[in-house]
Formats: sequence, C-alpha cells, structure tokens
Amino acid sequence: MKIRLLFTSLCMSLASFLHANAQIDSSLLKNGTKDTAKNALTMDAIYSRPFLKTGKFPVSIGGYIESNWQYTGTSGISVGNQFQFRRFSLFVASSITSKIKFLSEIEYENDPTGDPADAKSGGRFEIEYAALDIELHPLLNIRGGMIVNPIGAFNQNHDGPKWEFTDRPIAMTQMLPDTWSNTGFGIYGKEYTGKWMFGYEFYLTGGLNDSIIDNAAGKTFLPAANANPSRFTSSASGAPMYTGKLSLRNTKVGELGLSFMSDIYNTWAVEGAPVDDKRVAQVYDIDFNTTLPWLRTNIITECAWVYVQMPPNYTQQYANKQFGGFIDIVQPVFRGRVFGWDHATINLAVRGEYVDWNVGNFAATGAKMYNDLWSIMPAISFRPTPQTVVRFNYRRQMQRDITGNTIGAALGLTEGYSLGISTYF
Amino acid sequence: MRKKSAFVTAAIVIAVATLTNCSKMLPKMIDPNYGVCGPVSLSSAQSVLFAQGNDQFFAIRTASTGLGPYFVSTGCGECHSSDNRGHPFTMLTRFGQTDSTGNTFLAKGGPQLQNACLPGFTSQQIPDGASSSKFIAPITAGVGFLELIPDSAILAMAAANVNNPDGVRGHPNYSSIPPYVTPFANAIPRADGKYICRFGRKAATYDLLQQVATAYNHDMGITSTFMPFNPYNYLDQTAPSSPSIPDVDNTTLNSVVFYVRCLQTPNQRNANDPTVMNGNQVFVNLGCETCHKQTLTTGYSPIDGLSYQTISPFTDLLVHDMGQGLDDGYTEGNAKTSEWRTAPLWGLGLAAGVQGGSYYLLHDGRAHSIEQAIQMHGGEAAESVTRFNSLSPGDRNALLTFLKSL
Ligand code: HEC
Ligand code: HEC
Repeated sequence: MKIRLLFTSLCMSLASFLHANAQIDSSLLKNGTKDTAKNALTMDAIYSRPFLKTGKFPVSIGGYIESNWQYTGTSGISVGNQFQFRRFSLFVASSITSKIKFLSEIEYENDPTGDPADAKSGGRFEIEYAALDIELHPLLNIRGGMIVNPIGAFNQNHDGPKWEFTDRPIAMTQMLPDTWSNTGFGIYGKEYTGKWMFGYEFYLTGGLNDSIIDNAAGKTFLPAANANPSRFTSSASGAPMYTGKLSLRNTKVGELGLSFMSDIYNTWAVEGAPVDDKRVAQVYDIDFNTTLPWLRTNIITECAWVYVQMPPNYTQQYANKQFGGFIDIVQPVFRGRVFGWDHATINLAVRGEYVDWNVGNFAATGAKMYNDLWSIMPAISFRPTPQTVVRFNYRRQMQRDITGNTIGAALGLTEGYSLGISTYF
Repeated sequence: MRKKSAFVTAAIVIAVATLTNCSKMLPKMIDPNYGVCGPVSLSSAQSVLFAQGNDQFFAIRTASTGLGPYFVSTGCGECHSSDNRGHPFTMLTRFGQTDSTGNTFLAKGGPQLQNACLPGFTSQQIPDGASSSKFIAPITAGVGFLELIPDSAILAMAAANVNNPDGVRGHPNYSSIPPYVTPFANAIPRADGKYICRFGRKAATYDLLQQVATAYNHDMGITSTFMPFNPYNYLDQTAPSSPSIPDVDNTTLNSVVFYVRCLQTPNQRNANDPTVMNGNQVFVNLGCETCHKQTLTTGYSPIDGLSYQTISPFTDLLVHDMGQGLDDGYTEGNAKTSEWRTAPLWGLGLAAGVQGGSYYLLHDGRAHSIEQAIQMHGGEAAESVTRFNSLSPGDRNALLTFLKSL
C-alpha cells in the first residue's frame, strides 16, 4: 500500500517535471533550496541539494550525473580506455505541508554492488530513496519508506558532484554497502544552540542476509546483500536491522559522527522452525569533517569496523572482522573569475584509503591474514560553479590476497588515471 | 583575468598530454619467470578454452552454485592461488587407510574430511580408530607435462634404482581407476588390472580428469556427472545427496582440466649463474637427483606445446619410503604409510612469495625452510641427507641458491 502510494506520487512528480520542461519558460524555473552546507549536518545532505522549483507546483526536482574516463592497469594488465557512465540520479521532492516532506531519488548505476557475480548483469535502475518525513518537533521527526541507512557520513552524503574524486572510497562502498538503502522507518531530530549542533537518527529496516559470508567475491562482503532481490520485501532473519547515528557539530571545530548498525543476518528459521543459531553482523563507524579556517583546507575522514559472527566450522576466507577508512584533504588553490564563471574554484586534493577485508590471524599458522589494500590518490579539480566538477585523479594502489601474496589477478600494484565530470542539474 | 584563464588552459593541456601517454606510465608486467604461470603456446580456440578454465579455476563457489554442504574450500584458486604450492590455511585431512587393501572408512566419510560446512550443518569428525594425514596443495603449474610422462619411463626409473647403493628404491603407485577415467593409450597396467597413478601426495590419482573431478567433489562439495554424490556427514544419519542437475557441468569441468593441463612449467631463473651451476652439481653429488629427476620427456599430446617436451620437474613420480618421521599412518593405493611421491621441486624458489613470505614445504607444510625440508627426509633419502649435513658452507649455500632458482 505504502509502495503504491509512493509510486503514484513519484509518477505525478515526474509528470510535472516533463510538463514544466516542455514549456521552456525559464521564468517558471527558479532555484530552490541552495546548498546550505555551513549550517547543516551530514544528515541534512539528502535535502541540502540544489533543487529546481517550478512555478506554483509543490514539487521540486533535481539530480546529478557522473561520467568518466579511466585508464588503469594492474601488474602490467590493462583493460585499456574505459568510458564509464557511472550514475544518473533523479530527485523529486515535495513539501506536502511545511511539516510533511517527501523526497525520492531514482538512480541508475553501472556497477551497483561491485560484486563480481553481479557485474555481468550490467547497470541497474533503483529507487535509492523514497521516504516521507513528518515533523512533530525539531527533535522528533518520523521518516518512513525506502531510506538510506545512515551508516557513516559517506553513505549519507555521497552525491558525485560533491567530491573531487571519480571513485567512491573503497572501504565505504565495498566494505560497507554502497549507499545502503532499505525499506523501513525511524525517527530523527536536531537541535542547535549557538555554535553547537546536535542530531540523531535511529531506524529499523530490512537488513543483510546469508550472502554476506557466502558470495562470489569470496570474502566477507556486506554489499553482497544488495544483490538479494527480495530484500525490500522480506528480511532473511525476520528481525529488523537497527541503524543509529549521532552527530555533533561545532561551527569552529567541525562535525563528528558516530554510527552503528546491527542485524541478525542469517536465515535461522525455516517455516518457523529454528534450524540454526542467530548470528549478528555489526558495523561501527566514525566520521569527521572540518574546514581549517585560514587555508580553507577541507578534511573529510571516516573509518569503520565490521564484525560478523561466523557459523562454526566455516572457512577463514570469510572474515569475522574488517576495518577500513579514508581521508580526503581538499585544498582550494584558486577562487574567483575564470572563463566567465564568477565563483570558479580549483582544488588540489588527495585521498588516502585502506581496507583490511580480513583482520586476524590464520588458525592454522598464527600468521596474519592480509586480504588488504591501500591506495593514495592525488587529484586536481575544477569547479566552474559549486554544483559542477571536472576532476582528474591518479591512483596508486597496492592489493594483497589473504596470504599476503601480490601476484595474481587484480593483485599487486594498480595505477590509474581518471578524468571525470559530475554535476547537479 | 586573462592570466587565470591561461593558467587553467595550460593545466588542461598538460593533463590531456599526460593522459594520451598513460599506458606507458602504468605498472609493468611481472617477469613471467617470477610470477604466475601462463599457458603453453596455444591456438586461438585453445586460448579461449584456457581462459574459460582460468575463470572457473578462480571462481568462488557459494551455496547457490553448489558449494558443500561439506567442503574444505570454496574454489580451486583458494588453495592453488598462484598455481604454485598452497598455504596451510586450506590444508585438508585424509583418513581411513593404512595399507594397500583400501580405505576401511568409506562408510564414515573417508577418504577425506571436509572440515568446513555450510551454516546449519554439523561438523564432520574423524571416526574413532581412523588414522589421518594432512595435505597442503602441491604446485599445479606443469601438471599437464607430468600427465604425459609415459608409464614405460616411470617403470624404467624404478628399475634403475634396484641396486642403488644409498638404498633408494621407489615404486609406482598402482591403484584402481574409476570407471569414468580412460587409461592412456600407452598405459602399462599390472596383471591385477591396477594402473600406475601419479597425481597427489601419494601419487594415487590417475590423470587430471580424475584429479579435477575429485577436487570439485571432495574439496568443494561440488557434484559432477563423474562424481554425482555430495560428501556427507555420517553423523547426520542421512543418505548422501545427489542433485538432479550436477553442480558443475562437463563443459565447465573439462575447461578446468584443460586449464591446469596447459599451464606452463615454472622456469628456472639465473640458470647460468656460477653459484647456481655449482649448486646443481652438489644436488647431483648428494644423490638428490636419484629421486628428484632433473630431466624427463613427455610423450605425444594433441596439444603441440605439451608434446615430446623435455622438462625439469625434479620428480620421478614414484613413491619412496621417507622414514618414520614422515609416516603419518595413512596411505592411498599401494603406497605404504611412510611412502610419498617425490615432490616436484620446480617453482620451489617462488613458493615463499606465494605462501605469505614463509615456506610451507613437504606434504603438510611442516617444513618452514628448504633446509628443514631436506633434514626431514629419512628412509631411502637418509644417505643423501647425511651427505647434506656434512657439506661445506660454500657448497651448502650453492645448493640452496640452486634450489631457490627453481
Ligand atoms: C582445499 C584445497 C584444494 C582445493 C579447493 C583444490 N585443490 Fe587441488 N589439490 C589440493 C591438495 C591438498 C592436493 C594434493 C592432493 C592429494 O595428495 O591427493 C591437490 C592436488 C591437485 C592437483 C595435482 C597436483 C599434483 O602434482 O599432484 C591438481 C592438478 C589440482 N589439485 C587441481 C585442482 C583443481 C582444478 C581444483 C578445483 C576444481 C582444485 N585442485 C581444488 C588442494 C586443493
Ligand atoms: C628417496 C628419494 C628422495 C631423495 C634421495 C631426496 N628427496 Fe627430496 N623429497 C622426496 C619426497 C618423497 C618428498 C616429498 C615428501 C613429503 O611430501 O612429505 C621430497 C620433498 C623435498 C622437498 C620439499 C618440496 C616441496 O615442495 O615441499 C625438497 C626441498 C627436497 N625434497 C629436496 C631434496 C634435496 C635437496 C635432496 C638431496 C639432499 C633430496 N630432496 C633428496 C624424495 C627424495
């Protein structure tokens, strides 16, 4: 019922979009909500996007695209020039009353899960987000529908045009599920006093499933759960997944986020009869972002720990613990007028990343299990306007398999160049 | 204003110029002598089949693609990650046979323990009274060449040892072969219908088809038309299950057989280095070569790259009594419990690099260095080890340098 309601409203919003476009009357279009990053938390990212409002319609629309060219090679093997249309996302928002809002995001992604088993199926359209927000009090809002689980800041604030890098951070997309969205509901709220801002979110949603420790990637891989076609209608364990996030921001210091996710991921009962123990997967995540006042250096960092209870007598190839994170440092080196754009910027940036897909030691030898990766990625980006970015990245990455071996498919040293564009529209 | 625009334009031009050249700036191919082994030279059609087999060899099996319910690992590539020696974390356990009369624990899950199981299943146990042994994966590169060593050559190597003054003997492992295996055209079976087998730590597997079908079944719980029953747990008190459509079809299985068959032999490095050449001579003088045969010649193969080739595997494909220290009380075919197939030494120097930096040598990886592996030799190899122990430091170093060049 809820789904149908969402769908109808979505179709209506789309229809109004087409209608508005057909008129080509620019006076009908005016910029709606501006990017108000300065006094918002990461949790507001979903609304703090540039939207277009059309006339008296209560609906505003927006979206973004990401497209790039890449040339990478691993240990002498390169697939050559790759032209990738990564994503196309369309948002439709509507304020039903001042205290009831609806937002949806439909996304086309080229390689949604990063799971090799899934790669051949090609791109996919997905309702990434479609939720209704009802405000009872600034500290108590109800949100329900298809929501993005707020596990980590990147998950909440992942729009392509916001970043100086064509690739998303590996730990946040391949260790944590990429823009992990689920059906469910929950509450959130914010409060601010002077320099301080506080926010919380807590949701109950559908969750993970057995594939996180039984997948073609051959490692504990939370994104594998994304590929489960029935995850929007049923939960593997019959128990809700809990996701919570606390955010604290000081206008001088920056924003700190602590988030947590917990789920019984396995199918432990068949037709009501228990067939197995319940096993839990948990994620802990810390994120922090700040802008150094003098140099306007922007620092964004996040790291996460994944804990998965393993079945007894399973293979150690699947980890019970993972760790990964990234840090982005973005330094504006030029701001001003160039090629007729008044507020263009040029940024130098660098991203460091690390993922250990299998933290721990081999039972057989006591030696460390590897299956890890580090990468460093300098970048230069040009933003003619804050909403549009042209970026050039170079990546140098080292990957080892579980025994520490660097020789083999996709192992060893990877270097690559990419040039991408991404823009809100 | 102009200046800024010029600056940006220049930056873009430099970026584009860099990009057009970028294939030259990417990491270089690993020298094939140091890295994974590619195929022997193949026709285009053969290359396609090899590539398919390669994909399947490294594919991970899951519950939905037939894994288990009882298994040891999830893919060939997990145990044979670089087509070289494996790592103890994927070690498997065999049990239930102590002499040539066969495995007396087949009804209780013999000959192999599947130490892992899918969630919800109870773990297998080694039944009371069964002795067992642990095996880590041997090198797979070059197995297609070993498959082509004619029985006559294997018999000749055994015959040549009859009067060996060190007491080296060795014999082929004669074993029964399953119905789906077709004996080689030049096979020399024994009067009792048993054939000379050559693969595995005990040389108890006949050919690569049997090796691969068995690996799918015993190591991964994958059924095929050749081995249609899943491994099961006798403690479950259920019958072994057999899916109506086998987990792996014959096309896929055959492509994997083709893949391992066509793997190139590891290449020796620095063969002309004087220390290496000296070490080679020490190797011969110690009597290592009696078992670790330096030169073998393959028979005919429809794949040109494998046919009538001279190779240096450093094995005689015979099983030898290696003494009490290596006697685990378990065996296969007509080998005794203390008898093992001479381990091929090719790829030895690259082993540590793919075993996480440490060596895990001998059938269960118990030796953590080449010296240790040698010193653990007993039985028929005892004499050569005595000589090894009294080598001058220079000769010892030369020998090890030689072994690491393999
Ligand atoms: C659980 C780890 C494991 C898996 C999975 C595995 N193997 Fe093996 N492999 C071994 C071990 C251990 C041996 C030695 C077996 C023996 O002694 O009987 C072996 C032996 C072999 C040999 C013979 C090498 C020789 O010189 O005797 C080949 C070829 C081979 N495996 C190929 C494969 C293929 C193909 C697959 C996938 C279908 C596979 N293996 C899956 C561990 C594994
Ligand atoms: C009587 C035959 C025989 C002789 C002589 C012999 N070996 Fe071996 N060697 C074997 C057998 C059999 C194995 C495998 C034992 C096992 O799997 O536990 C082996 C294993 C090895 C290994 C470990 C290879 C691996 O991949 O695990 C090395 C190294 C080795 N031998 C070197 C030597 C050297 C050096 C000499 C001479 C000093 C020598 N051997 C003499 C039979 C022999």
